[in-house]
Amino acid sequence: MSAAVDKSKVPWWVSNLIVPLVNLTLALFVSALFIFIAGENPVQAVKLIIYGSFGYLEGFAYTLYYTTNFIFTGLAFAVAFHCRLFNIGGEGQAYIGGLGVFLVAINVSFLPVPIIWLLSIAGAFVFGAAWAFIPAYLQAKRGSHVVITTIMFNFIASSLMVYLLVDVIRDMEQMGPHTVALPKEMWLPSFKDFVALFGIKIRYSPLNLSFLLAIAASFFVWFLVWKTKWGYEMRAVGHNTQAAIYAGISPYKNIIIAMLISGGLAGLLSINEILGVHHKIVSGFPAGYGFTGIAVALMGRNHPIGIFPAAFLFGILYQGGSEVTFDMPNITRYMFVAVQGVIILFSGALENLFRPQIESFFVSRLKREVDA
Amino acid sequence: MVSPILELKDINKSFGHVQANKNINLIINKGTIHGIIGENGAGKSTLMSIVYGLYQADSGIISVNGKEIKLKSPRDSIENGIGMVHQHFMLVENFTVLENIVLGFEGEIIFGKNLEKAKTDLKNLCDTYNLNVDLDSIIADLSVGFRQRVEILKSLYRGAEVFILDEPTGVLTPQEVDELFKILRSLKEEGKTIVLITHKLNEIMDLTSEVSVMRQGEVVGHTATESTNREKLAEMMVGRSVLLRINKSKVETGDVVFKVENLTVKDDLDVTRVKNVNLEIHAGEILGLAGVTGNGQTELLEALSGIRQVESGEIYLNGEKISDNSELLNPRELKEKGLAHVPEDRQRMGLVTDFKAYENLIFGYHDQEPYSKSSIMKDNKIIDYSKKVMEEYDVRPRSPHLITSNFSGGNQQKLILSRELNESPKVLLVGQPTRGVDIGAIEFIHQRLIDMRDRGAAILLVSVELEEVLSLSDRIVVMFDGNIVGERVNKDVTDRELGLLMAGVA
Repeated sequence: MSAAVDKSKVPWWVSNLIVPLVNLTLALFVSALFIFIAGENPVQAVKLIIYGSFGYLEGFAYTLYYTTNFIFTGLAFAVAFHCRLFNIGGEGQAYIGGLGVFLVAINVSFLPVPIIWLLSIAGAFVFGAAWAFIPAYLQAKRGSHVVITTIMFNFIASSLMVYLLVDVIRDMEQMGPHTVALPKEMWLPSFKDFVALFGIKIRYSPLNLSFLLAIAASFFVWFLVWKTKWGYEMRAVGHNTQAAIYAGISPYKNIIIAMLISGGLAGLLSINEILGVHHKIVSGFPAGYGFTGIAVALMGRNHPIGIFPAAFLFGILYQGGSEVTFDMPNITRYMFVAVQGVIILFSGALENLFRPQIESFFVSRLKREVDA
Repeated sequence: MVSPILELKDINKSFGHVQANKNINLIINKGTIHGIIGENGAGKSTLMSIVYGLYQADSGIISVNGKEIKLKSPRDSIENGIGMVHQHFMLVENFTVLENIVLGFEGEIIFGKNLEKAKTDLKNLCDTYNLNVDLDSIIADLSVGFRQRVEILKSLYRGAEVFILDEPTGVLTPQEVDELFKILRSLKEEGKTIVLITHKLNEIMDLTSEVSVMRQGEVVGHTATESTNREKLAEMMVGRSVLLRINKSKVETGDVVFKVENLTVKDDLDVTRVKNVNLEIHAGEILGLAGVTGNGQTELLEALSGIRQVESGEIYLNGEKISDNSELLNPRELKEKGLAHVPEDRQRMGLVTDFKAYENLIFGYHDQEPYSKSSIMKDNKIIDYSKKVMEEYDVRPRSPHLITSNFSGGNQQKLILSRELNESPKVLLVGQPTRGVDIGAIEFIHQRLIDMRDRGAAILLVSVELEEVLSLSDRIVVMFDGNIVGERVNKDVTDRELGLLMAGVA
């Protein structure tokens, strides 16, 4: 076994850029193998992905729409992770967040629209946070592991929402499990409306103002985690609970705060989906974004600056992937679930597979340069 | 006749830019006790890890009995007759002594004949070297001293000719140290070779016949022990002359500022660890609390600093009761009232080692101005402040942005000390202030504590280093099994007497 690399000597760009890129390349290589085995040309598939996600304005808008969702759920996971909490309940928290958006928006419809938006954002945040509160409390007070409870709360949220959508808040005029649509003036302006201002006409795409909210949320998380007392205390609890207690920082309080913020951020996903896209609660609208957010956060090293490109990458895969499935009959939607799985595997679970080799390679190379 | 058993030639080892070992040449002669002394971070442990096969040297030659060997793993060194007794014992707690020793060398799938044979062999070894270990007892039931003997026995059984002992006396009572030294001497008489790594000068003088001094990754001197003395060795270690006994002026003690009455504390397993303890500390006084690790000192410190729930009893700070119905103020409220705490275990409790240095320098004070205002951290102010205190406390390297785990033990301790002393506390609780700290830093830390006392602070010093307690304290109490078993005024007590109290026999 080679001796451990001295971490302090590893340049930041090696651990934060080179290593993720190598992992990503490997994941794409394995994915290419899948496509090859399925009987299609991987090079052609890559071309289609690039065309689908960048090649025309609507496609690019779709990419950014997916990116928006992944930023929210990625940030949600990252915040909890800084307190060493694995919140894998983003899916359920987003779902319940949707309830918040809808209930707020429908009940304050007499107010000016921008106020409705702000209140809906608050509703999404509060409902998402509330759904994270119970697992947080159980973890803080009873030591019930948050991984177990949050995943169970995903199922509870799903069942609860189906019940509500079928029996309580369903649009009685229709058969589907969804609510009535919100009045049109409450809908968030879409990208299509925006480019129309410049006289450009494009077809529909789901990208809307929420994208800017996602950017704002990224700033918020950066500021919270690294610039405030709360972030400082959360990180202290996450890194060393004993030391936190010594310094008079309450682990109990910080576990709750971290989970509430995490749940709230996950809840914001529903602003994009409900105010921006569906304009009503539809059954199953979080569609797995909550889970993919975990991979996004891990790949982005739990920092907003990393989460953005990671979310964008997954946006490309989602949008480009669906383009591929249209054009390549042998590649199904599930193939791209597998590709995502491979990426998650390489950038999450196998994150440290080649890290020591890569880091020691660069450290010894840089040393030689210094010596020379 | 003297012949070298272990020879190191031009050993180099670096971690990144840091060269831990530079051109080390070392000859260990057969049948000797060879001391290796140096400050923390001087590269002793790295060198020994190379000899034991835990690390590979970047370059250099290791030979045993004149034959060059390649060490890829500890197994290679065991095969070449090199055994190591680590600072932290590598034993399975719920196995018996016998099971631990044969671990990895069972020789067959089902225990049977081999185990019986092992048992006979081990009994013989125990008799030869007076180890006096019961092979069937469970490790968890053994004292630290006996566990160490198990480690020695393990190396013996595996055929070790060279024994490397890394800071072996850190956790022992003076009596246990005497026993250990007897064992080491009998090993030597049987022709075994011992390499003793330590930073304690008196151990070198007592035990070794040759000594090598390391400083900053290099061997800076070899000498026969009889031709040197403590002062010379200390000077070689640090590279300048060192004050071994601290100069302590006499100070008029003031009123009692910290008082503990009938304090009882339980640990996490609900075992009573502190039993009805009474303490009084005056302003301008250092009260030393001596005792072997695990006799309740940890729980006492935690209770006094507001970390651990008090079972019963009262604590007074400046006459004000700070525990109420066994409900204690929390650490931050206590800090505001002027009680600072340097915890025993800096990495587990005193620091967040993943934080940058400047983040740790305000740890626990982070919600006070000017470090934060309206919950926003004032990084620039914190960094300015950090630069200042790192200068004042000579923390090396002076980089507030460096991650704390990259500082050496002594510098980590300075970070804590500068943080806790900076607010000029009225009461200072200090646990093991110099554990794992190099000699230059020890002098510095001791001087700071004395300065605090001279300025009128009441200090409770908890330490397992008897020498430290003796050189700093004005009064000394000894803790054994949760009780205060004796109180002495420092000037009329001997370390022998304290040792007996610590062992619970007096």
